[in-house]
Amino acid sequence: MTAPLLDVCHLTHVFRHGRLILRAVDDVSFQIQEGEIFGLVGESGSGKSTVARCVMNIYRPAKGSILFQGIDICDPRQRRANQKLLQTKRQLIFQDSASSLDQRMTVAEIVAEPMAIHRIVPPRGSLREEAKFQLYYVGLGEDCLDKYPTELSGGQRQRVAIARALSMEPALLVADEPIASLDVSIQAQILNLFRHLQEEHGFTFLFIAHDLAVVRYLCSRVAVMFRGKIVEIAPTGELFRDPLHPYTRALLSAIPIPDPQAERSRPLPPFDLPAPQGVLTEAAPGHYVLRSP
Amino acid sequence: MSALLDVQDLSVTFHSPHGLVEAVRGVSFSLQAGEVLAIVGESGCGKSVLCKSIMKLLPESAQIVGGRILLKGTDITGYTEREMRRLRGRAFSMLFQDPMTALAPTMTIGRQIGEAVLVHRPRLPRAALRRRVAELLDLVGLDPAAARLCPYALSGGMRQRSVLAVALASEPSLLFADEPTTALDVTIQAQVLDLLRAIQQKLGTATVLVSHDLAVVARAADRVAVMYAGKLVETGTAEEVFYDPRHPYTWGLLRALPARAREGEPLYTIPGMPPSLIDPPKGDAFACRNEYALAIDYEEMPPMFQITDTHFAATWLLDPRAPKIEPPVGRWSK
Repeated sequence: MTAPLLDVCHLTHVFRHGRLILRAVDDVSFQIQEGEIFGLVGESGSGKSTVARCVMNIYRPAKGSILFQGIDICDPRQRRANQKLLQTKRQLIFQDSASSLDQRMTVAEIVAEPMAIHRIVPPRGSLREEAKFQLYYVGLGEDCLDKYPTELSGGQRQRVAIARALSMEPALLVADEPIASLDVSIQAQILNLFRHLQEEHGFTFLFIAHDLAVVRYLCSRVAVMFRGKIVEIAPTGELFRDPLHPYTRALLSAIPIPDPQAERSRPLPPFDLPAPQGVLTEAAPGHYVLRSP
Repeated sequence: MSALLDVQDLSVTFHSPHGLVEAVRGVSFSLQAGEVLAIVGESGCGKSVLCKSIMKLLPESAQIVGGRILLKGTDITGYTEREMRRLRGRAFSMLFQDPMTALAPTMTIGRQIGEAVLVHRPRLPRAALRRRVAELLDLVGLDPAAARLCPYALSGGMRQRSVLAVALASEPSLLFADEPTTALDVTIQAQVLDLLRAIQQKLGTATVLVSHDLAVVARAADRVAVMYAGKLVETGTAEEVFYDPRHPYTWGLLRALPARAREGEPLYTIPGMPPSLIDPPKGDAFACRNEYALAIDYEEMPPMFQITDTHFAATWLLDPRAPKIEPPVGRWSK
C-alpha cells in the first residue's frame, strides 16, 4: 500500500479556560488515502471542526503529529520549508459562505485572489478568464463574475467558495459542514457537484458533517467522533449495515425518515452515553471500533 | 367549530429598489385549536413573511395588499400597532431559528423568562414569579436550577428550550416556530420536535411549524402545506402529503432528500432556481422547473383542485383533461 496522503497520529488538542481544561480532541488517529472521500461525523462539540483546524494549521495541537504528503505540518521547520506547497495543496471550505467570502469583493476577485497571492501566472491569459473557467466548473455562469456575495443565494455563494478552493488545484480539500446551512433542495445540488468534481479532478476529500444521511451518499469511508474520540471507523456501506459502537447506532437511528407514521412511532435513541473509553480495535478488515481492552 | 386562525387570500408585497416584490400571493389556510400545521418550502418562498405578516412584525417596506386575517372569528387585518401589542404574546408567540440571537447574551435565562411573564402579569409577587419561571423551565424539560445560567453556558438544544419557555410564558393559543431545529444537531432535532408536540398536547397550543426539510416535519405535523413562490401549492394531512403527493414540486422536494438516495446513484435535484417574485411569471410559477409541465401551465395559474376533504393541490395535472402521470414518489416502502 502506498503512503497515505494525510496521516493523523495520536492527535490531541486541549482548550484552556482558566482552571477548566477541555480535551476537545483526544488521541485521534486516522489515515486518508489519495483520491478518497473521508467523512468525519459527530454532533456539535465532538471535536470534528478542531480536527479540521489542526489539519489546516489553524490550531497547534498539544500532542501528536499530522503528516501531509510526508511533511510533518506540526513541525515548524518542516512547515516553513514547504510553506508554498502546504498553502496551495490544502484548501478549506467553511460552513457559512456568507462570512467566509469578502462582502466588498466581486466574485471574480474572490475566485482569482489565491492565484494573485501566490503569483501564479494564469494559464488562460488573465485572472478574470481564470475565474470564469473555475466558475463554469462549479456550474455558475459568466453573469456572476461582477456580482457581490450579497447578491447571490446561499447555494451560489457556496459554489463560489468551492471555485475559490479549487482554483489552487488542491490535493486535499477539507470541507467543514459545507452544506449544513443550505436548503434541502440546494444541498442535493452541492452534493452532486462535490461528487462530480471529485470524479473529475480526483482530489482527496475530508468531509465533515453532523448528518449521517449526507455522508452515506458521498463518502467512501466514515469516522464517527464522540466527545473528542473516534469511536468507529469503517467503509460507509459496512458502517450502515453493521454499526458496532452504541453511539454510532444512536446516530444512525436519529436520521429522520420522511414517513409520518414510521417517524412518529420511532422511539428516541439515548444520547447520554458515558464518555468513550478504550482503544480502537479491528473488528473486521478495515472496520475499527473503540473497545475497552 | 370556528377556526382559531383563518387566513383568507392574503397577499403581501415589499418595496425594493428593483421593483415590487410579491412575497405572498393569495394564501388561504385555517388552523384549528391544538393543531400543528407545517409550512414547507425553499428559502425565499415567503414562508417566514407569511408568519410575520400574521403577527404584523414586517418591516415598513412591506404591506398587506389583500386578504383578511381572522383570529377566533375577529378580523385583525386592520389592527393598529397598539392593538397588536396586546395580542402578541397572549394570542400568539414566535420561536426563531437561531436561539443565540433571540436571547440577550448577558442576562440569565431565569430573568429573561421572568421578564416575559411580567409583561403579561405585571403585579405578580416575586415568590410567585420565581415559581412560575421554575414551572416553565420544567415544562420545556430544563432543570429549574438552569434559571441562574447565561445563554453562553447552555448548549444549542438547551437554548432553544429556554427560548420556547419565553414564548410560552404568556400561554399563547398560537405558536409560530420558524425553522426551530435548523440550527440544531440531528440528535437534538427530534428531541425539540417531540417537546413541541408534547407541549401542544398538554396546553392545546396550536403550532405553525416552518421548515425547509420535509423529513423533519414528518415527526411533528398534523397537516402539511407546501409553499412555492409565495403560493400554497399543496395542503393536506401529513399522511396525504407524504403517501399520496400530487404536486410535482412536492415530488421534487421528497425526491431530493438524501435519505431517499440509493448508493451509487446521483441525488435527484429540482432543476433551475425559484423565479424572482418581482413580476412573477403569468402561469404556474413552477412550470419552467417542472418536467411534467403542460402547455397551459405557462398560460394560466392552476386553481386549487380538491382531492379529498382535507387534501388540495394547485396543479393542472389534476384537471380531468390532463394526461395521467404516475407519481415518481409515494408511499415510503423501500
